[in-house]
Amino acid sequence: MGRFWSLLFLLVPVLGVLVFVVAAAPDSRPLLDHWLPDNINDHGYIIDELFNFILYLTGVIFIITGVLLFYFLWRYDGERNPDPVKFTHGSQTLEIIWSVLPAITLLFIAIYQMDAWAAHKMRRPLLEDGNVKPALALVSARQFEWRISYAGEDQLVGTPDDVHVVNDLCVPVNEDIVLQVQSQDVLHSFFLPNLRIKQDLVPGMKQFSWFRPNRVGIYDLVCAELCGWGHYKMRGRLIVKSREDFDTWLSERAAEQRVTHPALDGGGGE
Amino acid sequence: MNDSSAQSDGHDPGHGKMSIGRFVSTYVFSTDHKIIGLQFLFSTLLWFLVGGLLALGIRLQLAWPWEEMPIIGRMLFPTDGGQISPEFYTTLFTMHATVMIFFVIIPILAGAFGNFLIPLMIGADDMAFPTLNMLSYWFMWPAFILIGSSFFQAPYGAGAGWTSYPPLSSMVTAAPGSESAQTLWLMGVTLVGVSSMMGSVNYLTTIIQMRAPGLTMFRLPLTIWAMFITALLQAFALPVLTAGGFMQILDRELATGFFVPEGLVVNNSTAASGGGQPLLWQHLFWFYSHPAVYIMILPAMGMVSDIISCFSRKPIYGYKPMVYSISGIAGLGFIVWGHHMFISGMNPGLGMVFMTSTMLIALPSAVKVFNWMGTVWGGRVQFTTPMLFSLAFVSMFIIGGLSGIFMAATPVDIFIHDTYFIVAHFHYVLFAGTAMAVFGAIYFWFPKMFGRMMNEKWGKLHFFLTFIFLNGTFYLMHILGAAGFPRRLADPYHYKTFAHLQPMNQFITVCAIGMVVSQIIFAVNLFYSIFRGPKIGRNPWRANGLEWSAPSPPGHGNFDFQPIVYRGPYEYGSPEVDEDYYPQIKPPPEQTPAESSED
Repeated sequence: MGRFWSLLFLLVPVLGVLVFVVAAAPDSRPLLDHWLPDNINDHGYIIDELFNFILYLTGVIFIITGVLLFYFLWRYDGERNPDPVKFTHGSQTLEIIWSVLPAITLLFIAIYQMDAWAAHKMRRPLLEDGNVKPALALVSARQFEWRISYAGEDQLVGTPDDVHVVNDLCVPVNEDIVLQVQSQDVLHSFFLPNLRIKQDLVPGMKQFSWFRPNRVGIYDLVCAELCGWGHYKMRGRLIVKSREDFDTWLSERAAEQRVTHPALDGGGGE
Repeated sequence: MNDSSAQSDGHDPGHGKMSIGRFVSTYVFSTDHKIIGLQFLFSTLLWFLVGGLLALGIRLQLAWPWEEMPIIGRMLFPTDGGQISPEFYTTLFTMHATVMIFFVIIPILAGAFGNFLIPLMIGADDMAFPTLNMLSYWFMWPAFILIGSSFFQAPYGAGAGWTSYPPLSSMVTAAPGSESAQTLWLMGVTLVGVSSMMGSVNYLTTIIQMRAPGLTMFRLPLTIWAMFITALLQAFALPVLTAGGFMQILDRELATGFFVPEGLVVNNSTAASGGGQPLLWQHLFWFYSHPAVYIMILPAMGMVSDIISCFSRKPIYGYKPMVYSISGIAGLGFIVWGHHMFISGMNPGLGMVFMTSTMLIALPSAVKVFNWMGTVWGGRVQFTTPMLFSLAFVSMFIIGGLSGIFMAATPVDIFIHDTYFIVAHFHYVLFAGTAMAVFGAIYFWFPKMFGRMMNEKWGKLHFFLTFIFLNGTFYLMHILGAAGFPRRLADPYHYKTFAHLQPMNQFITVCAIGMVVSQIIFAVNLFYSIFRGPKIGRNPWRANGLEWSAPSPPGHGNFDFQPIVYRGPYEYGSPEVDEDYYPQIKPPPEQTPAESSED
């Protein structure tokens, strides 16, 4: 039976790697599109690259350790192994090697990631004059919808001339987009799978998120932090348009708002 | 002493003519560490069943959302047309995690195995504080009742996730219908913490003070080292959770506003107070719950080390590096909690610090894996059921450890945070890791607990089916996570990004059902063997540990002689003796030259 159990443990690296290879391969069936969704954010490619980098690195370790474990079980099966037990309590040299090598690798991974992290969460896009770019819109999450307010002519969000939209976040393509994101009630998370953007929203905090979409289309806006019974249906849409289409769309919304909610137009509304 | 009477009676004194009072003091309010250990074992196994059924509820919803649950649907949800409602779905995953973490994994490792094994493996007659030990079990019962009754609070139970993040958890209006349920939940979890604290001070004192003569710290089995470090983690981390738990109860009941920001309006009602910070809870919670992750795996690592060395018939490879890596995991374990909060809104600069410490904590885990493999290398492997489960632990822990690196990398975590990638990761560590080790430990120490053997053939079938189905269930969750599939959604398929992932979820659900059904084999084997398994002697596995020199099952006071320890517990295959094992209590040959020459 030792042979059988050894082979069972060999299946772990063999099938394990196979599943990832099939899923990651383009046009692979039956796992079509069972992989990172299309990235449409100029800042998102680096995250996919880092994901793949860690995947290859851990994949190699997974294969080596899995195959070695199989080999040891196969070779040292008590029913078949003719040799006496190697009576040893370990080797200091080996312990040092297999402590130092992973330590260097792990520290390298950590340092290697820092720049991408800073670009995503710490280095907000700048205007040409060196000031931070103001937010295009304020995205307010509440149970269970996304309320989006576009800056009006004053270029500021949260002012009376804002244009209000629910669940449709429309942005122009090929521009640095800065959004102020906030929660009005409980925790939510602003998740755009196709842009590799995720930011938990904490009530009482002023938070920003930024990206640079490079493809026109309609994408999912997902709430990724449990926010109550309706969490699953808190769906919004990210609509990426050309600059002209975006301007038209926004002025249409503004005109609509003047008709349906005259109080909001430059008046004393929220 | 009354050693001889203890031996003849076992822990079953005066069978047949036992008075009710005697029965209660022996089996119910017992101060004997072995009985308390078994009480923990059976209570937690029962909750394991509950947690498993809750998981099936989650899996049914994810495979076939909004469909009538077959057979029992109409009975369980008469007002919802036999469907799982979205409210009940939040309760399902909240309670699945709560039950598995607080009522199964932590108490089965520390409570059941810690209690049963610590005095036996260090050659003591009982714990240092037997009454406190009994209390630590009986403090679990109010927690069982509180959490259990939170289920039945109409219209549905607690639904804020096992992490109970405010303001969802602290504002009563945020989750209508969970008013009393969430408060009961918080009180239950806080009481579990109190129970664990009582256990931990007891374990620390016992291990420091009551070791048999000759049993130095560096002759302790790794199980005991792991229990020792785990007790330290519990003693230092749990007070923080207890404080946080009370603060959240006060927020709910007295509107203290520790975790509620100023002027918060939830569901059209204004918070009665403010000035608090929701992130404060996350820091307090994870300051406990990250060390708790290691509380949930270190004892398993210790037990696996003992089992692998025994069935490789070879000393554990690198004993001291193993001890240092357990200590290293525990030390680093206190400064990595922020990796649960990379995208929480916490200062992103802090994220870099936590990323570095988190990367480093993978190092001691890697050292342990290499040493387990070094132990198997050059041995004479016996593929017994406990060994198979322990090898599965190593094999699966490699997957769980490697997938952790993805999430430790902050930029990658932006994408995979709160997706099924993390669900795959922690199930590989906690189910495919710890639960496999627990099964292995049950098969391994069962003969000591009951004086009988479990059936090996059925044990191996149980192992085979569990191993296949668990990988079918959890491995594909990595792929779901890579596709961005979020956790905790009752119906993710109305997003076009995730709609095509339903068939894979159906496959996973079928495997999960198979996995739960396979446990029937285990349950039957366990209960049959308690009463009908073949009786065995003191040392059926030809193992070295002190516990194997005591009678099976050990009587009150454990040892019928004074154990004296001459060496560590891993001297398998030693050239000093003819047999391939060398018990800790066996005097070295040079002290008894006459005996060894006669052999």
